[in-house]
Amino acid sequence: MTSTSSSGHLRRIRLALWAGAAAIAVAAGAMLLWREVSPPGLPEVRVTGEADIRSVFALTDHTGRAVTEADFAGRWQLVFFGFTNCPDICPTTLAYMANVLDLLGPGANRVAPLFITVDPVRDTVPVMAEYVAAFHPRLIGLTGAEAQTAEAARNFRVYYEKMAEGSAPDGYLMAHSGHIYMMRPGGRFDAVFLESGQPPEQLATEILMHLEKETR
Amino acid sequence: MKQILLLASALLLPLPALAEVVVSAPWARASILASRPGAAYLTLVSAEGDRLIGAATPVADRVMIHAVETDQAGVGRMVHLEVLDLPPSQAVTLAPGSMHLMLMGLGEKLREGARFPLTLTFETAGEITVEVPVLGVGAMGPGGPGE
Repeated sequence: MTSTSSSGHLRRIRLALWAGAAAIAVAAGAMLLWREVSPPGLPEVRVTGEADIRSVFALTDHTGRAVTEADFAGRWQLVFFGFTNCPDICPTTLAYMANVLDLLGPGANRVAPLFITVDPVRDTVPVMAEYVAAFHPRLIGLTGAEAQTAEAARNFRVYYEKMAEGSAPDGYLMAHSGHIYMMRPGGRFDAVFLESGQPPEQLATEILMHLEKETR
Repeated sequence: MKQILLLASALLLPLPALAEVVVSAPWARASILASRPGAAYLTLVSAEGDRLIGAATPVADRVMIHAVETDQAGVGRMVHLEVLDLPPSQAVTLAPGSMHLMLMGLGEKLREGARFPLTLTFETAGEITVEVPVLGVGAMGPGGPGE
């Protein structure tokens, strides 16, 4: 008798678990469906309004000048976090940003393109100077003390980590998110893009639309 | 007639050595600083399947096979591969954003327009050396934009 009731009990638990699993499956399906249904051509992550991503920093630019977000206050910002020992994603993304800057034409005057290192120990001012010059004359490289670049990354909600890798130069590699942040004049978050998300022409058009909306 | 043509075209094709790996479209990005690693890209096809087990070049101390894994949060991590599997007749392409050969300890920076030899070692096919042209810092591939 006891065994029957306990197996009934077990069955109920099992049923409850299955119901839970089914609910999760439905929710996951709905999410997938929502993603399928969302209009194509939009960047995948797009938050408008008050996202808690702020352009707040105290760093040193590639000419050795101490700068904060206030130095770029009148302009929109295109911000990419990376490091010069990165052989693939960083040059790809910076070359893409350079391409976009050229496509902006005169609109580029209203945009400050910032490359902030997450590896300030190796990315000193002279290293940053030579590095940014290879991509675009307007590109601004920012470095600083480790605490300063960490603070900047925190304010932008940028994730990065140092991964030990014995075979790498200096014994480590950096992992980082490859996003390009678009910030409004004044430092508030506007949008985020990935190099792989759209051809440079499309991003340039999108940025010009954002600039246009602001002027109106 | 068709059969004769087929036969003729089959005879015209170079006899494929079974253990051969075809290496195509090799290129490297110009590097910005000599002390920074460079990246080389290419496409590999092996009819029978093979494994890339090593690579070397006189212009760098070491060549490593790297894959980039990007998680859902968009965080890219480089993964060091000891070997790269080449499934039979399937092209494996190393391209920006996915896989690359990382050239470490460059003797001098890779200048756009230069060429360097790269020797690939395969488990079955042995060593194959290709000439790698150096394209611009922002190049996305031979013939692509930024070249």
